[in-house]
Amino acid sequence: IYITLRPEKERYSKMAAPMRNVDEIRNRVILGEFGVKNVHSTDFPGNYPEYDDTWNQKKFQKNFRIDIIQMDENSMEFDMVGIDAAIANAFRRILLAEVPTMAVEKVFIYNNTSIIQDEILAHRLGLIPIKADPRLFEYRNADDEEGTEIDTIQLQLKVKCTRNPRASKDSSDPSELYINHMVYSRDMKWVPIGNQADVFGEAGIAPVHGDILLAQLRPGQELDIVMHCVKGIGKDHAKFSPVATASYRLLPEITLLQPVKGEMAERLKRCFSPGVIELESIEGTPVAKVVNSRLDTCSREVLRHDDLKNLVKLGRVRDHFIFSVESTGILAPDILVSEAIKVLMAKCRKFLNELDSVEME
Amino acid sequence: MEFFAHEFGNAEPQHLAAPVNTVEEKWRLLPAFLKVKGLVKQHIDSFNYFINVEIKKIMKANEKITSDADPMWYLKYLNIYVGMPDVEESFNVTRPVCPHECRLRDMTYSAPITVDIEYTRGSQRIIRNALPIGRMPIMLRSSNCVLTGKTPVEFSKLNECPLDPGGYFIVKGQEKVILIQEQLSKNRIIVEQDRKGAVGASVTSSTHEKKSRTNIIVKQGRFYLRHNTLSEDAPIAIIFKAMGVESDQEIVQMIGTEEHVMAAFAPSLEECQKTQIFTQTQALRFIGNKVRRQRMWGGPKKTKMEEARELLASTILTHVPVKEFNFRAKCIYLAVMVRRVILAQGDNKVDDRDYYGNKRLELAGQLLSLLFEDLFKKFNSELKKIADQIIPKQRAAQFDVVKHMRQDQITNGMVNAISTGNWSLKRFKMDRQGVTQVLSRLSYISALGMMTRISSQFEKTRKVSGPRSLQPSQWGMLCPSDTPEGEACGLVKNLALMTHITTDMEDTPIIKLAFNLGVEDVTLLCGEELSYPSVFLVFLNGNILGVIRDHQKLVYTFRLMRRAGFINEFVSISTNLTDRCVYISSDGGRLCRPYIIVKKGHPAVTNKHIEELSQGYRNFEDFLHEGLVEYLDVNEENDCNIALYEHMITKDTTHLEIEPFTLLGVCAGLIPYPHHNQSPRNTYQCAMGKQAMGTIGYNQRNRIDTLMYLLAYPQRPMVKTKTIELIDFEKLPAGQNATVAVMSYSGYDIEDALVLNKASLDRGFGRCLVYKNAKCTLKRYTNQTFDKVMGPMLDAATRKPIWRHSILDADGICSPGEKVENKQVLVNKSMPTVTQTPLEGSTQTGQPQYRDVPITYKGSTDSYIEKVMISSNAEDAFLIKILLRQTRRPEIGDKFSSRHGQKGVCGLIVPQEDMPFCDSGICPDIIMNPHGYPSRMTVGKLIELLAGKAGVLDGRFHYGTAFGGSKVKDVCEDLIRYGYHYQGKDYVTSGITGEPLEAYIYFGPVYYQKLKHMVLDKMHARARGPRAVLTRQPTEGRSRDGGLRLGEMERDCLIGYGASMLLLERLMISSDAFEVDVCGQCGLLGYSAWCHYCRSSCHVSSLRIPYACKLLFQELQSMNIVPRLKLSRYNE
Repeated sequence: IYITLRPEKERYSKMAAPMRNVDEIRNRVILGEFGVKNVHSTDFPGNYPEYDDTWNQKKFQKNFRIDIIQMDENSMEFDMVGIDAAIANAFRRILLAEVPTMAVEKVFIYNNTSIIQDEILAHRLGLIPIKADPRLFEYRNADDEEGTEIDTIQLQLKVKCTRNPRASKDSSDPSELYINHMVYSRDMKWVPIGNQADVFGEAGIAPVHGDILLAQLRPGQELDIVMHCVKGIGKDHAKFSPVATASYRLLPEITLLQPVKGEMAERLKRCFSPGVIELESIEGTPVAKVVNSRLDTCSREVLRHDDLKNLVKLGRVRDHFIFSVESTGILAPDILVSEAIKVLMAKCRKFLNELDSVEME
Repeated sequence: MEFFAHEFGNAEPQHLAAPVNTVEEKWRLLPAFLKVKGLVKQHIDSFNYFINVEIKKIMKANEKITSDADPMWYLKYLNIYVGMPDVEESFNVTRPVCPHECRLRDMTYSAPITVDIEYTRGSQRIIRNALPIGRMPIMLRSSNCVLTGKTPVEFSKLNECPLDPGGYFIVKGQEKVILIQEQLSKNRIIVEQDRKGAVGASVTSSTHEKKSRTNIIVKQGRFYLRHNTLSEDAPIAIIFKAMGVESDQEIVQMIGTEEHVMAAFAPSLEECQKTQIFTQTQALRFIGNKVRRQRMWGGPKKTKMEEARELLASTILTHVPVKEFNFRAKCIYLAVMVRRVILAQGDNKVDDRDYYGNKRLELAGQLLSLLFEDLFKKFNSELKKIADQIIPKQRAAQFDVVKHMRQDQITNGMVNAISTGNWSLKRFKMDRQGVTQVLSRLSYISALGMMTRISSQFEKTRKVSGPRSLQPSQWGMLCPSDTPEGEACGLVKNLALMTHITTDMEDTPIIKLAFNLGVEDVTLLCGEELSYPSVFLVFLNGNILGVIRDHQKLVYTFRLMRRAGFINEFVSISTNLTDRCVYISSDGGRLCRPYIIVKKGHPAVTNKHIEELSQGYRNFEDFLHEGLVEYLDVNEENDCNIALYEHMITKDTTHLEIEPFTLLGVCAGLIPYPHHNQSPRNTYQCAMGKQAMGTIGYNQRNRIDTLMYLLAYPQRPMVKTKTIELIDFEKLPAGQNATVAVMSYSGYDIEDALVLNKASLDRGFGRCLVYKNAKCTLKRYTNQTFDKVMGPMLDAATRKPIWRHSILDADGICSPGEKVENKQVLVNKSMPTVTQTPLEGSTQTGQPQYRDVPITYKGSTDSYIEKVMISSNAEDAFLIKILLRQTRRPEIGDKFSSRHGQKGVCGLIVPQEDMPFCDSGICPDIIMNPHGYPSRMTVGKLIELLAGKAGVLDGRFHYGTAFGGSKVKDVCEDLIRYGYHYQGKDYVTSGITGEPLEAYIYFGPVYYQKLKHMVLDKMHARARGPRAVLTRQPTEGRSRDGGLRLGEMERDCLIGYGASMLLLERLMISSDAFEVDVCGQCGLLGYSAWCHYCRSSCHVSSLRIPYACKLLFQELQSMNIVPRLKLSRYNE
């Protein structure tokens, strides 16, 4: 798999001579006024007489590319071009449901005198992302009660709310009156098991965000909780999902069928997201020009204008997936993507092995 | 897309330019109004009136008790008070109590009723003050409740929710509401047609002492008076004569001298002539013979004539006062009734019984005052009886009545009436059931909705559409949407947001004022004036006050005086042009609501006033006192010209509506854009809003209710209404904003089923808590034994508690936080085997024997113990209450609904990756099938989604207030601004194939309610199980682990199909197969191969029949019918 980074300009330089009809059906999804046309991919071998759609590694390698558009520690946007929707979707699905993470699974409540119910508190604790590299852990057996250093992270939450002796008499602000009246995720303390302290270091494991409110307490109330985090996948419970969300959209493509000038051009510009259409002054009259169709949100606003709707074609490139991955912060988004790819590869390998074993029988 | 076009409108520019002088934000009057009146305030006002004013009047009316035994002895009440609620700690030591303590400890929130009395003991006259005679349950938030005037902080100290409306009672730990009762107005003439089409007039007259119904009927052109004290109908002319109007001319003068009126009345006079009755004496004798004799014990014997005169004076038309047998006023009243009938005969101008001007609503205060008066009278007659018994017996100590005043009679009378809802009053022969109901605490809305509920006295079984249908006169007074479906449809109604119900008030100043304004006293007139075309009759609360020549001036001045604050704001005056009457009403139970006064085409309330209101310089009372706003009741409303909107004001307009959405009630007020929905949908939502779980009150976690549903993460709706803000629904919400995709998915969404997103459920969508309680009391018995709680039983081998007792603490009560499984013990209670006092002579054994009566947990799923309360109840017995909790996540079969009467059960739970997603990566929480829309026409839901979506993007809440709210056009603009399609339809990719969907999907947030119906509480299946004792067939119903019946129709199917063996298996073998021995000779049932009848066993054969069949034969035998079975070999 080749991942390249190309300069921004180059990518959108080629702009559109009208397409052949068949090419359009093969390569574009058309956004009509009342529905989407050409939604299914039809380029399977033999479907089009003039095209050779047999799969071939060379051709795939030539067409396929991944461009990373934007990336920071929590989110990433990248383009995946030249691949079938099924495969792209597989990556999305795996990101959501099958890349493992660590999350609180067992909650041992020794004391909970707060207002919040045990089950609700446990549910809240479960949903907190724990910064721990799941690749360094194993899955824990379902019947294993204790857990070991290789499959369990132990966390502790021990908070007691008291009155603040230094609070002023006439204060009514709870944060001044009481100490520890808000329990945050940062209060969950990691208790290393076995050699975990050496492996992960002093502050190796903790909730990703320290400021998630877990419960509110009042003087005299206390929480004494031990938690076990285990490795799991999002299919089992959404708390194991490594992403806030992962999704893709197809690259929008806006084609002007005729030159649009003057007031119509102004209106056309307003029909799209800012930056999609710019006006160029030719002989004193503004002429619309598609500058960056990628920015369009596909609101199809232009189709409401009777005079404009026949001048543009709204399409989307069928095999150009603009992925957006928002990590929960446990793993960097790029690692998540490569993990997802690994999961898919493992599945393929397993499938091939199964096939082999069937053949042997 | 019709509705979009409609909403956008093609508004012309000149139309858009609003009138210069509009009062914007006049809705701000509403919160100000709700602070002083409205919603539950009528209950509280009415109760306050009862305990502060009415109770004193009742005392005054029954103030003196005398004895027949001693003419010198008397007891006189000087004053009566209702105190503050308290509880008796120990003998004669009381302490104030708060409502929540009563709820928890199963006590009654009541206050002592004390009296000051003056009585004689021997020859002494003694005055005693503050003597308790009973206890009065106190309405929460009434003037005598500890909660009145408290700040929210103080509320929280008392464990009370500041948003709780009050207006209910706490009786034996239960919250009870006295529903508003709707009745036909008392003391008003109603002209109506009977079933045969004959016109008649009737009056239900009612005073404190008596209640009776008087009818004027027409038979063969002659008028009769019908009354249930008369054994047959009395000719009207004779009644007139009995009342002292002996001359026929005078009678005719009173009734009317028009040609057709005289012609209509002539036959009646003729009949009188024929019966040869000319004088009052003759007439009285005639009537005396027809009086139904009432058994009267004691009292001097009266002659029949005296009896007749007494009857005419006090029982017939009771409400018309007769002083010293001066029947003048009553004659005129009767004449007016007859005249009405005659006039109505001509052109069928009968009154409408269903018209709300003819209706009165009885509130808690009135109902309680009836009850209290009855109990007070009983109490007094009891005292009299005791005095009569004891005084003649000479004793050492002189008779002291105070020692015989027992408190429990009044206390128990009140408590029992409220807790059972049976209002039975001897006096009025009233016996009503279901007057009170347990306050539904399913959600805040259900509690609030119950406080505004009105139940009608009409029989539910009768299939008449009149009383059930929407009456034009209930506009603005009663909610047009909020009524149940089914048998009570249209009979149970709800108050609208701004309705107030009046309380009784003093009428003497009104009489005085009326006379000063030129009303001529009716008793001073000769009678002919009544029918003058230029003269109007003036009625006050159904009584004829007099006549007036210039009625317009009277009405005008009267209203002027009211606006100036010289008379009570709730006195209404209206003219009826057809009857030529002016009606003044000051009685209680009238529906009324405030309106802005319009003077010379301009509303009296201006922007300046509203500004001052919002700054807090003004309150609603000021608006009333300054004559800017006034209350109109239904009758007066009919007499006014009310503009709905300001631009509709013409020169004739007298009033302006404050806000049109106030015509809806509390429950319908939650619906966003209800004016876009088909009306039954709003009605359905009104019923469902009461089943939605969410939050109950700020004190919900301190309550120990029998059943309580809470939502783990309730949210306020994205699209709210003004009503939602006014009733604080936002602070106690019941529902969640779900992202909905309207599309078809998987086929598990047919018939309104919903598809839910598993990840949403994982993250807490629709998660709810179910609380139940377990209760036990430890009683003391008369033989000095008492219930005990024993510690857990230990297993002999391990020395650990046995499984059933594993959650018990050392004290034998389960401990909080433990998980309880089915059949585990919560309280290990044991009870003495002998609880009766042993009979004289039987030997007392040393140690009493105990037997276990544990409180066990029954439930298919486990619960957790939330808390345990140990206290004592009113009888000083130990009270142990245990609160059990379950947390439930939505599952297939749970019921959800939006706010538009669109309910559905969860049909499928789909993992997030299979859900469709839009360009921004959003997956829906709920997928709803689009077939839910066309037939239901809930356009409001479509708009809610749109407004919700725009609100989410914009970061603000939109309004969906009825007849207003955010315009679809503006909302669409917002969507476009954020790069969305203006119709809310998104380009969506399938999560399964990864390819786009061919259709654009309507996608956005809708407020969804989780309803209390959950599969977990309903699922039921059985293979084998208990059987009924009598028939040996499987029991019925889930609670008894019953079987599922193969009913008649199912049986028919099997017969039709010919599946006889299956039929046999279902109906007999799997049910109640029974081996019987039948004698082939006599055909009777035998026993153990022996026929008792034939005394032989030769022909006895054994066969299998249903036990129920055998039972039938035996039952028939027991009633002398001999069923015989004829047996023959099947192969012969």
